[in-house]
Amino acid sequence: MKRVIIIGGGPAGMQTALCLVRRGIEPVIVECENELGGKLRNWHVLFPTFTPASDVLTELRRKVRENRIGVHLSTSVETFTDRQATLSDGRVLTCDAVVVATGFTLFDARIKEEYGYGIYDKVITSADLERLFNEGRVVQAAGEHPRRIAFLHCVGSRDEKVCQQHCSRVCCVTGVKQAIEMRRLFPEADVFNFYMDIRMFGPGYEELYREAQQRYGIHFVRGRISEAAPTHDNRLQIKAEDTLTGRPLRMSVDLLVLLVGMRANDQNAAWAADNGLNQAPSGFLQPKDLFLGNVRSGVEGIFYAGTVTAPKTIGETVNEATAAADAVADYLTTKA
Amino acid sequence: MKRNSWQDYQKQIADDRYYYARSCIRQNFFPGSERAFIDILTRDLGRDLLDDPKHSSCTGIGYHSDIVPLETIMTVVARQFSLMNEAGYENFVTSCITSFGIYTEILATWQEFPETEERTREHLRKATGREFVKPASLAHTSDIVFHFRDEIAARAKRRLVNVATGEPLRVVEHIGCHYAKIFPKSGIGGSEFPYVLAGMIEAWGGECVDYPERRHCCGFGFRNYLVQANRGYSIANSHKKLESMAPYKPDFIVANCPGCAMFLDKWQYAIAEMEGTTYGEDGHGIPVLTYEEMAGLVLGYDPWRLGMQMHQVDVEPLLDKMGIDYDPAAKYLGRNGKFIGKPETAAVNCGQSDLVYDMRE
Repeated sequence: MKRVIIIGGGPAGMQTALCLVRRGIEPVIVECENELGGKLRNWHVLFPTFTPASDVLTELRRKVRENRIGVHLSTSVETFTDRQATLSDGRVLTCDAVVVATGFTLFDARIKEEYGYGIYDKVITSADLERLFNEGRVVQAAGEHPRRIAFLHCVGSRDEKVCQQHCSRVCCVTGVKQAIEMRRLFPEADVFNFYMDIRMFGPGYEELYREAQQRYGIHFVRGRISEAAPTHDNRLQIKAEDTLTGRPLRMSVDLLVLLVGMRANDQNAAWAADNGLNQAPSGFLQPKDLFLGNVRSGVEGIFYAGTVTAPKTIGETVNEATAAADAVADYLTTKA
Repeated sequence: MKRNSWQDYQKQIADDRYYYARSCIRQNFFPGSERAFIDILTRDLGRDLLDDPKHSSCTGIGYHSDIVPLETIMTVVARQFSLMNEAGYENFVTSCITSFGIYTEILATWQEFPETEERTREHLRKATGREFVKPASLAHTSDIVFHFRDEIAARAKRRLVNVATGEPLRVVEHIGCHYAKIFPKSGIGGSEFPYVLAGMIEAWGGECVDYPERRHCCGFGFRNYLVQANRGYSIANSHKKLESMAPYKPDFIVANCPGCAMFLDKWQYAIAEMEGTTYGEDGHGIPVLTYEEMAGLVLGYDPWRLGMQMHQVDVEPLLDKMGIDYDPAAKYLGRNGKFIGKPETAAVNCGQSDLVYDMRE
């Protein structure tokens, strides 16, 4: 039986493994965390349908368990080739192909120092907000009766100053989704979304954006927030420019949510150098081509699935994982 | 405040042998500060510093006013470096934030565009016959005081503590825009959470005040005050900051820029005269110090020797809080005991109330 090592046990890794099993190939998942699920583990609900993230996660994990797929948890891959992987515990696993499904790294909002993330308690990230929803602690963060809540789009995306020129794609709709959630939780609060562009590319996204404005009365302001500072009454003062009216504005808010982008893993550079893989200027791994070879690396026996190549939604990631498994199966058949 | 980002911005600060470049304007506004810096470095800390009479203005104010062209200011800066080389020093220390910004910008320009450096060398050669070597290190004088903050703390005669209550003094620290807003990595702590003054305050027992307009410009902004018609912009900026910091009841303000310290001090007089508003305790203004004055008080220097009688806002309430002995009668006596004149009583210093009028009425 052919064996394929899948590096990363998030949605992409799990879906790839499930598809490979169906084709009679033995997948082995190597996951650095102590459980499967990747970043989805900390997410509350998914856009645009508000589907609980746990629904998707539970289903994928259940299938992995039922198919008795081999999983190495709390283990990372140190180095790999198309024929083997050396694990952090020193073991060497042999294989017939490798699928890299290591995903992305969340942008560290502390780098955008002007917002004071990590310094001011009232500044949180979109990932923090999902976690707070899961833990039922949003009221603790925003206060019992917040008057204003602000979201800032594109933190660590489309920003040359922090070397992240790419668009992280999912943050716009995440911002709309989270703004609606906050408005539902705090109907008396004014919710403001500060944006550069609103990119509603997926099915149902534009409708959600419209609903946010018409049904929930969420304010969308085209402009960047320039800085956040604490006020005497333990709120935050933010400054921004409304570029549609051409006027600067200053307001006090009870919570500032930074919609952090997806950036490439630091590890990509070393792995690319070791195996002759290509990196895109953004740092993500570059597929063989963007049309007919999205899941191929350009190096025989090494494949990609999910956000290791670019920011993607959960749906896109799962679809791509299916495509990756398909490409691996074709490769192994041809090779045999 | 949880300051955790300043550690990302550390720079190499030389430990000894400094070539000192003075400010054009500081000696008028805060005449004892530069002297205090030299005394603290050489007498208290035993470091070598050259106060070279040959050096000139960096012409930064002229440059920012579009009077001095870039090529000229680069040549002037090159001459300063040449003088430093001639004196056998390699650590350049500048007293002025504008100058610090100028030197940083020019060194960065030369780094990015070596042909520009070559042209400057040619200009300097033609104008003066001089050559130059770039400094091994460039620092602002506040960087140097920050560097020695623990040594100063070890020698401290007084701390930034209210002797009556035992509470830390609440200090507003204000950083000149040209210190780190142009090149964040050139300043300790970067531009958003600069630590250069905060580090001194914390080391000497005080507590920093974080307030909404902490990062806002003081209003110096060359065109804001050089063009008389624009001075409203200047005072509006200081006004915004003072309004923002007042609810926190700071005991004093400390700044590391000649212009910031001057405007935050003197505009308090203007605002008091215009609107009858004062921002400190008991109708007083908020005292504004330079970091050398703050260090000098901690080290036990006499406030009048530090030149603090030249402030617009009286510093006596602060001196009393710190438990500093001073001779009120000596306030307006010059170096030789000669009376230097006394300013009229001003509203900001709790003068007579009939001096105050509200221009809006």
